[in-house]
Amino acid sequence: MAIFLTKDSRVLVQGMTGAEGTRHTARMLAAGTDVVAGVTPGKGGRTADFGERAVPVFGSVADAVAATGADVSVVFVPPRFTLAAVEEAVAAPIPLCVVITEGVPVHDAVRLRALAAGRTRIIGPNCPGLISPGQSSAGIIPADITSSGRIGLVSKSGTLTYQLMYELRDLGCSTAVGIGGDPVVGTTHIDCLQAFQDDPATDAIVMIGEIGGDAEERAAAYVAAHVTKPVVAYVAGFTAPEGRTMGHAGAIVSGSSGTAQAKKNALEAVGVRVGRTPSETAALLRTVLGKTTP
Amino acid sequence: MDLYEHQAKELFQRHGIEVPAGGVATTPSEAREIAARLGAPVVVKAQVRIGGRGKAGGIRAAPGPAAAEQEAGRVLGMDIRGHRAHAVLVEAATAPAAEYYAAYLVDRAEGAFLAIVSRHGGMDIEEVAATSPDAVARVPVDPLTGVDAATARLLAERAGLPEEAAGTLERLWRVMVEEDALLVEVNPLIRTAEGRIVALDGKVTLDGNAAFRHDHPAPPPSAGLEDRARAKGLNYVKLDGRVGVVGNGAGLVMSTLDVVAGAGAAPANFLDIGGGASAQVMADGLEIILSDPDVRSVLVNVFGGITSCDAVATGIVSALDLLGERGLARPIVVRLDGNNAEAGRRILGEAAHPAVRQVPTMDGAAELAAGLAAGA
Repeated sequence: MAIFLTKDSRVLVQGMTGAEGTRHTARMLAAGTDVVAGVTPGKGGRTADFGERAVPVFGSVADAVAATGADVSVVFVPPRFTLAAVEEAVAAPIPLCVVITEGVPVHDAVRLRALAAGRTRIIGPNCPGLISPGQSSAGIIPADITSSGRIGLVSKSGTLTYQLMYELRDLGCSTAVGIGGDPVVGTTHIDCLQAFQDDPATDAIVMIGEIGGDAEERAAAYVAAHVTKPVVAYVAGFTAPEGRTMGHAGAIVSGSSGTAQAKKNALEAVGVRVGRTPSETAALLRTVLGKTTP
Repeated sequence: MDLYEHQAKELFQRHGIEVPAGGVATTPSEAREIAARLGAPVVVKAQVRIGGRGKAGGIRAAPGPAAAEQEAGRVLGMDIRGHRAHAVLVEAATAPAAEYYAAYLVDRAEGAFLAIVSRHGGMDIEEVAATSPDAVARVPVDPLTGVDAATARLLAERAGLPEEAAGTLERLWRVMVEEDALLVEVNPLIRTAEGRIVALDGKVTLDGNAAFRHDHPAPPPSAGLEDRARAKGLNYVKLDGRVGVVGNGAGLVMSTLDVVAGAGAAPANFLDIGGGASAQVMADGLEIILSDPDVRSVLVNVFGGITSCDAVATGIVSALDLLGERGLARPIVVRLDGNNAEAGRRILGEAAHPAVRQVPTMDGAAELAAGLAAGA
């Protein structure tokens, strides 16, 4: 088992014939993902060749779903077309839609969330996607830096996800989810905590947060009320100045709200141990699980 | 991107919301001319993108043109909580019969829009919410239907605003949606004795990600290096310390800043070269960092996920050749891990540049970079 994505997931790629789409479809296939279709408006009927595997291209998500039974979509289309692409996936209907695209307007993110409510789980936008190592990868998380295991990982940041997956590669992950660094995202820390808590294949959870908003504070309250599995956390951005956006659109301290310290305090107040560095966070998890450093 | 008050009011006018007559002045004599043209008592308001102007003396009343010139002379150049006033808005003084508060914003936690409206305006809305919560209506806005006339009337009623304010609430929502704003706030929104509804102040934050579908003003120029970095497509924020930092991915770079601070040094900047960066991008990044005279040492922290560490190493080597000729070289500590890390380390090892030192861990690399900055 895993959360959201398993070996049985049938993945289609929206924007597969673009440069990024092509490159990452090849990587997903190499990671063992069952990529069953590509969608590019106006290019239906073609086939995209990925060495050993030829993937059919459809002109619409509805056609792709009808022909292949796809149940996951990974979206690589440019920001101005993202809302329309997600609308199509929701209407198809696709139960899981992973939006990799960076730079999606916030109004579009709010709208696509509203459109998808109760029908499609959206992950992202501006996220690296998710991977259940050894089973499937939907997005751009590198598959060769980790192994299959029983740690659940959820993060706003791509590279910090990779860093922690790598540091914990001997233990391995059930699923790692990059939820994205935008102010409005489809799937939150809490959604992932809930899914990991319910997943019998996950023993412990690593939660990575960063400055901006109060998602980590809310997640802390959720952990206190609903999570019995061990959770360790890391928060980035203690040195970020007030009022400056630090790379991710959502990573901004506004006045006294959204600071790393406030998030760390909220997590520690409910018994979640918070590492000062990614390495220390990995070490904390080992301590919690009674494992030694390899 | 936060707009100045006068820019926010231009947007309001475009959407049919009444604002006081006025103009923008960058010199006292311009302020005098505007006041003369208005032919009425005016208010001279510092244009800074930060709250608390009034308390800092940045908003002054002037009965006529001569006084307007004098007041503008006092306000122009004023430093308000670290923000310098380069312009003033000179407006016809407008007397309120009642003051209200109205705002639309993005509720990050709910991933939705929120309307906040109150019959008490002209003061801090958080204070109003704390002292008289009944006077503040916080109402979620359905993103698919928005605020139409009926919703606007309901909002006005819930918050205790007169019915004639509903039209303005509806038009403010149009500013929010049609301009791709993340925040539209009017405090105070006033009713005049004649019953007109006027936006006396305006705060608007626009979404930079939506710039492709608008003709909004370009973001104001910032520090020189930040502009240069932006022109090269790099995400760079200047900070106060001496350890230059470059890495891939916003989260990892923020984390690197923290680890540098933990090692006892202050970071000089945030610089994210992004995912899948090429050798050229890496070289551009180093060039920006080393152009900062405050930088004493540089920490390159890359975890290769998509990014290939051999490309990063190649970028470092080529940048150093170029920058060395310009006399910009400073000690550079490099930590490469992940995708093609072995190849990257080998490239740096073979180049054997005297400025470069490789350290296998992020924590160790930060310590060395901090030490080098302290010793320099």
